[in-house]
Amino acid sequence: MSLDPSVRDAVLAAVPSLRAFAISLSGNVDRADDLVQETLLRALANIDSFQPGSNMPAWLFTILRNLFRSEYRKRRREVEDADGSYAQSLKSQPEQTGHIEFQEFRQALGKLPQDQREALILVGASGFSYEEAADICGCAVGTIKSRVNRARARLADMLSIESMEDFGPDIATRAILAGNSTG
Amino acid sequence: MDTTSPPSTSTRSAGRLGRDVQAKIGSQLRAIYNDVVKEGVPDRFVELLKRLDKKDEKDPAP
Repeated sequence: MSLDPSVRDAVLAAVPSLRAFAISLSGNVDRADDLVQETLLRALANIDSFQPGSNMPAWLFTILRNLFRSEYRKRRREVEDADGSYAQSLKSQPEQTGHIEFQEFRQALGKLPQDQREALILVGASGFSYEEAADICGCAVGTIKSRVNRARARLADMLSIESMEDFGPDIATRAILAGNSTG
Repeated sequence: MDTTSPPSTSTRSAGRLGRDVQAKIGSQLRAIYNDVVKEGVPDRFVELLKRLDKKDEKDPAP
């Protein structure tokens, strides 16, 4: 059986966001790409179980998440510092994103419990609905909602975000602006 | 400075975050995520699908 071109295109179209999801799960580009590769192999081997017309990205995300979960559990048994190694791997990827100013945010994200981080990413970045995210994670919609809320609250806490005041242009710029405005 | 609005009292009771806080977290999250999305599909995955497709067509590699 040869791969239907429309299926192949749908799979390829999902790759960029699969990678982004994998990187935010694993914190490591190389590991993430291996995870994506494994996901594609697994998906194509089981392409018959994909319902034509259904949600290809959600299907692929589900496979990737399950693969990551089983790998994560394995590794956790081997090395007992999941959080530490995650933070470490983030530091070793400085050009993973061109934005230095997001370093603090990325590290805070890495400190979230796995469940909360993936829920927040699926809903807040990948653009899945709560219902789709619940399907991907194999849990109730209410569970996803509460994980997302807890993730946001913890991030806000870690980043000491209290209000919009903390988000403006950087502090130095605002100080200059404030100084000038009185003159 | 007569345009000062009253300082926004943060309403974080019951763990509820202000909309501005949520918006900020959301935009940082998407920025990080979209940095990767913007990289598109690396060649290795295009090649991988091509290879798998050929294998399906029973075209054994030499």
